[in-house]
Amino acid sequence: MIRYLLRRAWQSALTLLLSTVVVFLGVRALPGDPALALAGEDRSPEALEAIRHHYGLDQPLPLQFAQYVERAVQGDFGVSIRTGTPVSSMLTTALPVTAELSVLAILIAAVLGVGAGVLAAVRRGHPAEWLANGLALVGLSVPHFWLGLLAILYLSVATGLFPASGFVPLLQDPVDNLHHIVLPAVILGTGLAAIIMRQTRSAMLDSLSSDYVRTAKAKGLRPRAVITRHALRNSLIVVVTIVGLQLGGLISGAVVTEQIFGLPGFGKMTIDAVFQRDYPVIQAVVLLTAMAYIVINFFVDLLYSVIDPRIRVTGDPA
Amino acid sequence: MTTVESPGAASSVLGAPVLEIRDLSVSFTTEGGTVSAVDRVSLDLAPGEIVGMVGESGCGKSVTAMSIAGLLPSSARISGSVRLRGTELVGTRESVLRRVRGKEIAYIFQEPMTSLNPVLTVGRQIGEVLQVHERMSRPAARARAVELLSLVGIPSASKRVDNYPHQLSGGMRQRVMIAMAVACGPKVLVADEPTTALDVTVQAGILQVLRDLRDRLGTTILIITHDLGVIADVADRVVVMYAGRVVERAQVTDLFAHPLHRYTAGLLSASPTPGKHAGTARLQEIPGLVPVLSSQPDACTFADRCPAADSQCRESAPPLEVVGTGGALAAKDHLAACWHPCPAPRTQPQETDL
Repeated sequence: MIRYLLRRAWQSALTLLLSTVVVFLGVRALPGDPALALAGEDRSPEALEAIRHHYGLDQPLPLQFAQYVERAVQGDFGVSIRTGTPVSSMLTTALPVTAELSVLAILIAAVLGVGAGVLAAVRRGHPAEWLANGLALVGLSVPHFWLGLLAILYLSVATGLFPASGFVPLLQDPVDNLHHIVLPAVILGTGLAAIIMRQTRSAMLDSLSSDYVRTAKAKGLRPRAVITRHALRNSLIVVVTIVGLQLGGLISGAVVTEQIFGLPGFGKMTIDAVFQRDYPVIQAVVLLTAMAYIVINFFVDLLYSVIDPRIRVTGDPA
Repeated sequence: MTTVESPGAASSVLGAPVLEIRDLSVSFTTEGGTVSAVDRVSLDLAPGEIVGMVGESGCGKSVTAMSIAGLLPSSARISGSVRLRGTELVGTRESVLRRVRGKEIAYIFQEPMTSLNPVLTVGRQIGEVLQVHERMSRPAARARAVELLSLVGIPSASKRVDNYPHQLSGGMRQRVMIAMAVACGPKVLVADEPTTALDVTVQAGILQVLRDLRDRLGTTILIITHDLGVIADVADRVVVMYAGRVVERAQVTDLFAHPLHRYTAGLLSASPTPGKHAGTARLQEIPGLVPVLSSQPDACTFADRCPAADSQCRESAPPLEVVGTGGALAAKDHLAACWHPCPAPRTQPQETDL
């Protein structure tokens, strides 16, 4: 187990380094010169040169990269070219918003999706299945920005049940924080729930028609035990995989929802940075996203071996 | 089919039957229409008896077995009667059937790999039955599981109890299935192709375990197989099924010595006999396949594949009864559904160690 963890940590570090290189070079390959963007009206060669020198853009790329990595390891991602604020402080305000939104959304999605998926599989051919399938189709095909707009229109503007936009940090006022984040989390969660539901349903249909479920029935177990202990446990691999992928996607992908609900999250920060060619910010964002994926994947792999004893982690590179 | 059935053939010798199956019919509604899988099957199982049920794939053996404890999918239409010591099981509420399953009637299935849950330890899977039916606590059930594992001949059972199915060999897995099945001391054990997926030496071990269970616990065993060797090895009586019907029923020795139904004769000559087929002679095959019937015709369903079929076979279904073969009468508990049963063998039936 220890060997496995060490091996995975080494692999993760390597992946992280590679993604850093790719991002570093990728950002610099983008058309457009940040010095030009910063210079504004004064585009004299001297002014541009001064800007480049100030941000270290006049140095050779390998040196720039080495400096970048050295600082990043210490938690210093540089200063935003656009605003002059340290990237690390931008991250500490934006990341909790997105993290909270993502985790809440994925929780809602998992509960709804697994519940509806199991129901649809167990009640195959009954109205409950049609209802679950119908809702899933709606959840999949209705874009969540539109759902978000509807929610704001009816639940915020018309009735005032929820605030239409804005964010209150969790530590500042937990109740108000939840009040602000619940609606976007539900909106974001429903679309994901639809995908989880469909995957759960098909995995459950597989398990329910398996020989071991027949054995469980032949033992005289109650339907609840047959469904949860035998069928669902064998379907969990699929669920965990899809939830892990979605969570990774959410960290960088909740942009639209954040925008609609005016949440000062990661997605919004990313979009702004890309348009402004704000190298330090983009680099930090991509690096953190990559890290999120790596961490999530790591936990998903660990969960696999908890769920299914046939996937036992060992130190052997198999 | 005229019901000249004399139900419960060997029961008189061994006491009142544990399980009485009467006129059991099963059909399935599928997208392609109705499929008749079992047609008016009657069979009694006496206490401590091992009955073999034999036939080709698709002849209704497994469906019969599954319908005993109501384990067929909801698309199955079942009629007739299955009585467990007098209690009717066909059409009974699920809650009643649940108390019967695993406790009174237990099952062993063909593929021990897929029939065991891959994500639970074998101890947990055996313990589950005890927790449900005997209201045992989890630790108590686990302790009992260890005993059961040694009962079915698994070495170092106290270690194996915490193994997952994939950590065991095929034969061991089947022993686990048996341990699970006999955990609550069932009256009837239904073994559906218990040795088909195993190699021959392992097979012999499993059959020995089943025989031991009958001898030590008095369990009645219905063993379903397409392997006549298995029947010859363990069964007391044998039932031959074809296209959903019982076509022959006899003591094992009688059946092997003198098959009456042409289908049984075909099955026997399709199995190798030591010495006889070595070298040149080819095994006889039965031409054609088991038909898939949408309804049961009033005719012998084997007629199309039978060398002795005539117009009578195609016009009316032969009843399952004691049939005369050229003057000589078969044993009184040897029944066949055939208009033209095989003549008595010319030579004296050779003594076998069946």
